[in-house]
Amino acid sequence: MEAKTIMADDAVPVESGADGRVALDRAEVAAGARAVLPIAVAATAFGVSFGILAREAGMGIAAPIVMSLTTFAGSAQFASASVLEQGGALVAAIVAAVLLNLRYLAIGISVAPSLRGSLARRLAEAQLAVDESWAVAQEAGQVVRGRVVGAGLMLMVGWCGGTAVGVVGGGALGDPADYGLDAMFPALFLALLVGLLKDARARRAALGGGLIALALLPFAPPGVPVIAAVAGVLLGGRRPA
Amino acid sequence: MSEAWIAVVVIGAATVALKGAGTVVLGGRTLPERFDGVVVLLAPSLLAGLVVVQTLEGDSGIALDARVAGLAAAVVALVLRAPLLVVLAAAAGVAAAARALGAA
Repeated sequence: MEAKTIMADDAVPVESGADGRVALDRAEVAAGARAVLPIAVAATAFGVSFGILAREAGMGIAAPIVMSLTTFAGSAQFASASVLEQGGALVAAIVAAVLLNLRYLAIGISVAPSLRGSLARRLAEAQLAVDESWAVAQEAGQVVRGRVVGAGLMLMVGWCGGTAVGVVGGGALGDPADYGLDAMFPALFLALLVGLLKDARARRAALGGGLIALALLPFAPPGVPVIAAVAGVLLGGRRPA
Repeated sequence: MSEAWIAVVVIGAATVALKGAGTVVLGGRTLPERFDGVVVLLAPSLLAGLVVVQTLEGDSGIALDARVAGLAAAVVALVLRAPLLVVLAAAAGVAAAARALGAA
């Protein structure tokens, strides 16, 4: 109840950098970076894989690194590089990636109320909200701003660093899947989901989202099951007055 | 401009726009009470969707492979109230072991 009141007081858009509320909470930034560290290690390994795939797809050296910095979304980057590597059409590569990233519309809406400062600053911080940083920043139905920034920066260093190593020829470690690193991502999301299931509305929304994704997975194009899972919120029902 | 650079620029611009749309539209304000109640449910529904897709998505449709064993290990670790690091290590370790034993 009290936290809610504080949020309401904070709600006024702050445009001035002189206001203390624009500054990031360093303890939260550090907490976010720490929380996401094991996943950042896995993301680094997949960054190397992406770099190798991108090189095989004839994307050169600079383009994959720029892509990791700007698109900063593993599944979309793998999908588009795979299409190009198999000699597929450019349009198909773009459509596949955009479909996979449609979920960022929902994540962007979820993170927006927590951001502070000028529009440019909020837009910059919103770019750091990727699946994993957004997930570890959840607390009591809100996204903790410092945590999403700290976790996002940590992931960006790993993902882009890994990409750079991959494009210049690193790959001595082999396939990250051999180490089971691909299983860490759903495990992270499940662990964070469990923490959100304390109330009945959240449980219904989660069950709905999971079932929608499962139902669509056999035939829908990649990316569609996840964004459709957002419809699970409709099953949450009304908030008790 | 090469195909690779066109892909990088178009996909990058689309992703930046998707991530930023919420910020532009909502203007950094706290949401109206009714909308807020729905946005709170985005996290559980989207996380559940991510768990399903990242565990079961295959090249075409559903694939049951070592990730399922890894996720089962994570469930056990969560039931035992293990710390997050242990949950993640259990998932990776069991998935790696399942692959070493011949699972896809």
